[in-house]
Amino acid sequence: MQRYILRRLLIMVPILLGITVLCYLILSLTPGDPVQMLISPSMSAEDMVIKRRGLGLDQPVHVRYVKWLGELSRGNLGYSFTSGAPVTKRVGERLIPTLKLTGTALLLSYAIGIPVGVIAATRRYSAVDYVATVLTFLGISLPTFFLGLGGIYIFSLRLQWLPVGGTLTLGGDGGFVDGLYHLILPAAVLAVAGAGVVTRYVRSSMLEVLGQDYVRTARAKGLAEFIVTRHHALRNALIPVITIAGLQIPALLAGAVITEQVFEWPGMGRLTIEAINQRDYPVLMAITLVTAVLVAAGNLLADVAYAAADPRIRYE
Amino acid sequence: MSNVASVSRAVRAAAPGRPVTFWALAARRFLRHRLAVTSLAVMAVIGTLALGAPLVAPHSPTAIDAVAFQAAPSRTHPLGSDSVGRDVLSRLIYAARVSLTVGLLAVAMYVVIGTAIGAAAAYYGGGIDLVLSRIMDVMLSFPPLIIILFAVTVFGRPSIWNVIIVLGLLGWPSLARLVRGQFLALRDLEFVLAARATGASDARVVIRHMLPNALAPVLVAATFGMANAILVEAALSFLGMGVQPPTPSWGNMLTDAQSLTVLERMPWLWVPPGFMILISVLSINFVGDGLRDALDPSLKL
Repeated sequence: MQRYILRRLLIMVPILLGITVLCYLILSLTPGDPVQMLISPSMSAEDMVIKRRGLGLDQPVHVRYVKWLGELSRGNLGYSFTSGAPVTKRVGERLIPTLKLTGTALLLSYAIGIPVGVIAATRRYSAVDYVATVLTFLGISLPTFFLGLGGIYIFSLRLQWLPVGGTLTLGGDGGFVDGLYHLILPAAVLAVAGAGVVTRYVRSSMLEVLGQDYVRTARAKGLAEFIVTRHHALRNALIPVITIAGLQIPALLAGAVITEQVFEWPGMGRLTIEAINQRDYPVLMAITLVTAVLVAAGNLLADVAYAAADPRIRYE
Repeated sequence: MSNVASVSRAVRAAAPGRPVTFWALAARRFLRHRLAVTSLAVMAVIGTLALGAPLVAPHSPTAIDAVAFQAAPSRTHPLGSDSVGRDVLSRLIYAARVSLTVGLLAVAMYVVIGTAIGAAAAYYGGGIDLVLSRIMDVMLSFPPLIIILFAVTVFGRPSIWNVIIVLGLLGWPSLARLVRGQFLALRDLEFVLAARATGASDARVVIRHMLPNALAPVLVAATFGMANAILVEAALSFLGMGVQPPTPSWGNMLTDAQSLTVLERMPWLWVPPGFMILISVLSINFVGDGLRDALDPSLKL
């Protein structure tokens, strides 16, 4: 197992490098000049040349990339073009809110998806199964921003139960309850699509397990159907569902870009939009790197958990 | 639709001696999936509206009514007017063109690229497969929306064509992986070996003999891909990085609703476009589900 994890970590390195090369290339092709975003009318052409040199933009792409990598190895992700602040700080302070949002959404999508998927599978082709299937498809077809706006309209503006956005009440005590109160709606909105995917997987995995011989044996022993489902089938059916958690992470991070925009949630997604609008390449590169690491780590964790849960799985 | 129905009729009318083709069987199975058939009808209606937009829409989608800014629904503007005084219903109808164009063209583009790359990786194997597969790994291990956001800005002024090109150029890896898997299974089958033994060129073996056998899952993936492309276009346009006003898109029609006043007081501005995105994406997903059941029930996508 240790060797497997080590090998996976080693494979991660070229993949992460590949992603950074890809993004560096895309960003360096951008015709929108970051200096154009920073100039004021009083700047002369000379000032712009100096500014460009200051940001290192007068050098060719590959030189800039190698320099960026060199700095990265020293733990320095560069400095924001717009504010001059260290990128590690700018991205770091946005990372926690995003992790909070996506983490809660991931838990919620499993909390919804597992029971619904199990019920749909145990009553296959019944009205309940049919409704669950339609709801699943609704979940994966709803645009996040429409769902978010609808949620704000209903729960914040009409019913006035929940806040319209932000992470804390201004001037409030900033306690845990207040944070939770702000987290519910965005996390629920982000969880919907994931819940649909989880439901589908749990249902099909459960159906597969319920058709196996040992389940028939359990039933033949005269065990109650509930016991068969709960103790015999569910445990095995959930094993392949673990891997879906790894696959959900890219979808959640992409969904967070939109959810954070709608709910004014000060996370990495919102920072992405800001940085794109300001052509703040160092910040964008850092976001790329952090996202790629999160995705790779999530996949690795899911695979390790998969092996831990299923003794039949042996990674050499 | 009528095509599918006529094929199914042909199957039923077929004499016992006539072989029933795979596609005829699939059509029969598809027609049993009621949600999929209904969804196909819904798509046909939306498609017709998009094609006949100039005939159906009461106004031009960009015409400004100087006396109606954010006007509530009325006789002249059945769904009201937006903040610039444009008719919401007309924009809604014209926006269907944007969504369907993006869905069809972007997916067509990446299906071609993905099939070519996946087929090449599996058919030639070795170093080519290794390089292509690693590229797929890299591109698949990153949230597509974020790369798409970067790439859309690369092309300068965002527009519908940028969105199509970016989605088309970046969407291929998952399809290529699917095609690669299919082709790996086909590569060593007897009929392929036979075709090669007769001296057929690589292109002929791949296009005439292998591709038709890998088409079913590609069709299913392309259908789900179209639903996804429409969602991505809507999200990009909503964020102001896709289709730009005055060109109407369901996504950019929702942008204004980020203001709480619009959200609370003018639901006619944001509910209909959101609903249209939902209906079209939902229908296409159901069609995809029906196709999957019809073409290959064992397929998990």
